[in-house]
Amino acid sequence: MSATAALPESQIGRVWTRFRRHRLALAGAAVVALLLASALFAPVFAPQDPTLLDTALRFRAPFADWAHPLGTDELGRDTLSRLLHGGRVSLTVGLVAMVTTVATGALIGITAGFLGGWIDTLLMRFVDTMLCFPQVFLLLVVAAFVPPTLLSISLVIGLTSWMEVSRIVRAEILHLKEQDFVAAARALGASRARIMFRELLPNAAAPILVAATLKVASAVLMESYISYLGYGVQPPLASWGNMLTNAQGYFDTVPWLAILPGAAITLTVMGFNFLGDGLRDALDPRLRMDP
Amino acid sequence: MIGFVGWRLLQAVPLLIGVSLIGFGLMHLAPGGPLAVYTLNPTIQVQDIERIKVIFGLDQPIHVQYVKWATGMVSGHWGYTFFGGRPVLEVILERLPATLLLMGSALSVAIILGLSIGVLGAVKRYSVFDVLATTGALFALSFPTFWFGLMAIFVFAIELRWLPSGGMWELGEEGSILSLIRHLVLPTMVLALVITATWSRYSRSAFLEVMQQDFMRTARAKGEPPAARLLRHALPNAAKPLIALLGVELPFLFSGALVTETIFGWPGMGRLFVDALNMKEYPVLMGLMMFTGIFVVVGNLLADIAIAAIDPRVRLR
Repeated sequence: MSATAALPESQIGRVWTRFRRHRLALAGAAVVALLLASALFAPVFAPQDPTLLDTALRFRAPFADWAHPLGTDELGRDTLSRLLHGGRVSLTVGLVAMVTTVATGALIGITAGFLGGWIDTLLMRFVDTMLCFPQVFLLLVVAAFVPPTLLSISLVIGLTSWMEVSRIVRAEILHLKEQDFVAAARALGASRARIMFRELLPNAAAPILVAATLKVASAVLMESYISYLGYGVQPPLASWGNMLTNAQGYFDTVPWLAILPGAAITLTVMGFNFLGDGLRDALDPRLRMDP
Repeated sequence: MIGFVGWRLLQAVPLLIGVSLIGFGLMHLAPGGPLAVYTLNPTIQVQDIERIKVIFGLDQPIHVQYVKWATGMVSGHWGYTFFGGRPVLEVILERLPATLLLMGSALSVAIILGLSIGVLGAVKRYSVFDVLATTGALFALSFPTFWFGLMAIFVFAIELRWLPSGGMWELGEEGSILSLIRHLVLPTMVLALVITATWSRYSRSAFLEVMQQDFMRTARAKGEPPAARLLRHALPNAAKPLIALLGVELPFLFSGALVTETIFGWPGMGRLFVDALNMKEYPVLMGLMMFTGIFVVVGNLLADIAIAAIDPRVRLR
């Protein structure tokens, strides 16, 4: 016997009806879809190689020249191509970091919630302790010591931001493990691991999904912070964060170089945040916070 | 009450030990260890590193190092900086006032604005104002602090020339209150944005919950005017989750202050952290991690005690 991971047909319908009413969430979903598509097809859409230098064409203004729709930067690189490829990098880091966060948070949350006792106390005190450090401090210290590759940056972001997820999952498991289907599984002789990962985990899918969506937003934000401070994605590879660092030097004369990547980060973070908020309202009306 | 405070103090001890273990572990488990900075320097040879290890006591077993380090922390010996050899605690405390000033002014602005917006939204639920405010808060929460800071500099310092773009004082005006206030406006605005959004959301839901309680209906039935109901009955009850929020938000406040200080060249602890990071000043980094960690533990402790002071029921548990 196994708990069904997928929601029954009618429930999906109800969730979709609730989600559809949330206009900002729909906009968020559209933005996220657009961003994922542009990241996926960046090499197709980009008018140029993002690393191609052309010092004869420095600081072209946006919309002035069709060869460079969004202008060029201080080294004559095409801004649109860099934005698209940078988005690819930022979203990859965001998604990998999210998977790390959710996997770690869910594993710790389910272990603490299901096993209880001193394991629970120990794990949750560990979570409390980790939460005492400001995340940006923690992130920067670790990032500064690890050679920055895309994978290491994602892992570092993921491993410094799983604490809230573990609390959410633990709370959900504490509620779920008192239910009859768990007693039934136990009566049938299911092992603890089976109850944890085949019975409880799928039933905690809704809050995990919401947390995962919101975590992509915060991971993209964190990547841009550390790249902006020079400890994230390293040039010549473009990311929205390091594009901003470059642009800062020419801020008073060519502001669009800073406006564009910042707008891209903001749009991405908003897209995932709105989507996550809408999912929360649709999946669990009890947690509703906004009208 | 004294019993409660004592119990809460006792609970803070393992948390502080945890903070120290993680702070200590982070620096020592990092690839290359605390002396990684020297291995990158080609003029320093392997023998030199071994010698430095002995000087810093890094050749001893890890638990001996920890105990030595932790007892030093308690008695105020936080080590010395690599460059300049100054006491770490002194370097940190030197930067503390600037950070506290920035965090304090941002927090005051955010609480006044956020609380007003939240309460108004709760009183006039689903009004145009409420919908605009909650949507606006969602937008504000998604704004990257550092980009908002850059845009604020661009608009108010470069284009309009209303306010200075960074620093704490104009050259030659050190100590002038007026100059300080002018420099404080933009960083405060930038740091306050996200906190205001959080506060408006939390105070809205806190007041919504309180206003549905029976005692609010009773107060209304007694004929108390709306303002008195809000101030005398709703506010003390809604204050509890908001005071708790104050404690919980502290780490976010430090993170935000770090980013804001970096952008505006504000000479506080965040700026110190980034400078220390760039120079691989590991004693300063460790000191700052510990300082913020302890600050957060104490902040949460104070928040809990304040809540218990307001609500006797909390003390009994």
